[in-house]
Amino acid sequence: MSQPQDGVSDTPLLDPPLLDRADVRVKHATGIGGALEAFVTRVRSGDLGFLPVIIGLLIICTVFQILNPVFLSSSNLANLLFDSSTIGVISLGIVCVLMVAQIDLSVGSVSGFASALVGTLWVNQGWPVPLAILAALVIGALIGAAYAFLFNWLGMPSFVSTLSGLLAFLGLQLYILRSTGSINLPFGSPLVSFGQLLTVPGWLAYALVALAAVGVFLTNYRTEQRRKASGLSTQPMAAIATKALAIFIGLGFIVFYLNKTRGVPWIFGLFVGLVVAMNYALKQTKWGRSLTAVGGNPEAARRSGINVRRIYMSAFMICSTLAALGGVLAAARLASASQQAGTGDVNLNAIAAAVIGGTSLFGGRGSAYSALLGIIVIEAISSGLTLLDLSSSLRYMITGAVLAIAVIVDSLSRRSRMANGRA
Amino acid sequence: MNNVSENAVPHGEPVLSLRGISKHFGAVSALSEIAFDVHAGEVVALVGDNGAGKSTLVKILAGVHQPSAGEIFFAGKPVRLADPSTAIDLGIATVFQDLALCENLDVVANIFLGREQGPWHLDEVSMEIRAWTLLNELSARIPSVREPIASLSGGQRQTVAIARSLLLDPKLIMLDEPTAALGVAQTAEVLDLIERVRARGLGVLMISHNMEDVRAVADRIVVLRLGRNNGILAPDASNEELVSAITGASENSVTRRAGRRAQLERSSEARP
Ligand SMILES: Nc1ncnc2c1ncn2[C@@H]1O[C@H](COP(=O)(O)OP(=O)(O)O)[C@@H](O)[C@H]1O
Ligand SMILES: [Mg+2]
Repeated sequence: MSQPQDGVSDTPLLDPPLLDRADVRVKHATGIGGALEAFVTRVRSGDLGFLPVIIGLLIICTVFQILNPVFLSSSNLANLLFDSSTIGVISLGIVCVLMVAQIDLSVGSVSGFASALVGTLWVNQGWPVPLAILAALVIGALIGAAYAFLFNWLGMPSFVSTLSGLLAFLGLQLYILRSTGSINLPFGSPLVSFGQLLTVPGWLAYALVALAAVGVFLTNYRTEQRRKASGLSTQPMAAIATKALAIFIGLGFIVFYLNKTRGVPWIFGLFVGLVVAMNYALKQTKWGRSLTAVGGNPEAARRSGINVRRIYMSAFMICSTLAALGGVLAAARLASASQQAGTGDVNLNAIAAAVIGGTSLFGGRGSAYSALLGIIVIEAISSGLTLLDLSSSLRYMITGAVLAIAVIVDSLSRRSRMANGRA
Repeated sequence: MNNVSENAVPHGEPVLSLRGISKHFGAVSALSEIAFDVHAGEVVALVGDNGAGKSTLVKILAGVHQPSAGEIFFAGKPVRLADPSTAIDLGIATVFQDLALCENLDVVANIFLGREQGPWHLDEVSMEIRAWTLLNELSARIPSVREPIASLSGGQRQTVAIARSLLLDPKLIMLDEPTAALGVAQTAEVLDLIERVRARGLGVLMISHNMEDVRAVADRIVVLRLGRNNGILAPDASNEELVSAITGASENSVTRRAGRRAQLERSSEARP
């Protein structure tokens, strides 16, 4: 430093500028109006966040509601949430591998293989259900470890290794089920009830909503107090309170609406729980930070001392473990482990959901919530078309178009971010 | 920042010693038989033409590349820098020529990358404060530490990379062309910083093409030419000596230009 003083101390004692607000060139948002303005600027520079998927969802809901008023009925929505949960869980794993700019094309096969395993071990071999599920999850994790091994040590692109995995595990699934074709899971068993019937008791659902709102408020409040104490800029209290209130009212209304008929499915509760946990892991832990770094610039991550191979290993293992869990949930949902499980559009829907929800195919940018929002979009299209008695041919075409739009939005916003220096 | 940090190697002892370091990339010998020392409280400048192997040497010392042959001693002990985290843990901090920043992460995340506070629950507030403190020490002009690195200019990025190297209180700092993208005032700040770091008893290895900067702060100048040691000079060595060590010839375009200029000056002095 050229002056004898110590950088910060040469600022006047009266009303010292906040540590992060010393630069006069930057326009800083103040108050709620400012926050809104900052949001608009961010969107215009290509940082779209969840905006496209939420707009898309609104359009889809409006169109289908006009075409068939049953669409937004409480029981149809509950059904939609039951259906979303299985592929949603798989899609959550896809978010992990997309974050490190890799792909897993075998999630459908792995989920089918896992459901066949659970069916055989539980129904045919008489294993206790938890043990059978655990075995399926462990095998899922091992499959991911194998992909990571091929990628890390043999340099095999994940596109290829998982494509061969797609075929191999489909083969294994067919082999396991070769004698019976499909195994029916006993109705009335806890697993099947979980997949088909069980819903969160009303009071508990409200309690969880309140907990979420209070949790958001308290964590934000504590952070702002600490920022204030250390001379950093803070959000206004009103903004935090508004956010918490919006969460309470928004989620509370959804719970209220669903409770009019069936309520909130437990299986969906599990899915949301996993999404929240994954979001925490991605945004608030060292692991998540490393994962994002590896997706953005693997060489820079390596030079920072991050064990890049371990990060790839964790991403692939989480992805195929969640694929296996999704397969178990799908078996519970259908009360059977069949040769068709995990085939067809499962793979592509899981990948499409993550991308539609806003996770970038280019790596280093994404959110656990994109799996939740993306799968709801896909299932909404599917449910709406089923209500209109339209064939699956149309469903494929529309889902394909939505995916194409999502990828275009991703590429365009990426280009715009680069032009605006927010890549 | 002026107090001697407790983990520093005693003043004047070698922090880093290289003996016979060679590096081959296939048929290319990027480095052969490099040997020199960096002492505590000393700034060593590493100079050489483009492709001389300076960045390769820095990457070997940062654990990015493995040497094909040779020994590295750090604080007197032989070490094997198998990966970047080994080097970082030993106390070797590096500002790479290409900076090695993640464009998708913000300034705070980049400064703390791999060394985050609170592995199970990131302590964003503490990290942000520390980031501002480091950046203010460098008199950095960074508008916001919560914007992605992609939104910063080249000079601002370089400052972030330098701030990152100071984070862990290292014993040796290597800077690969740290002032290449900096303006006049920022270059002066970085040179001041290097002197402050030296005053704290750390070893500094600095690469620069700017001979003025090199002379201003270096205690010794190590010259690399085509991957080999080509002399160790004092900072008061004449320009001719330096240039001929770098280019390997006493008669070349640089010395010819310098010679012409000197002649002109002499003739203008003789004419008053
Ligand atoms: N990863 C690599 N693979 C092959 N050759 C390399 C690699 N890195 C550097 N080199 C070669 O090593 C030599 C020295 O390069 P470098 O250390 O970058 O030079 P400097 O930094 O002094 O300009 C060059 O000939 C370059 O082509
Ligand atoms: Mg170089």
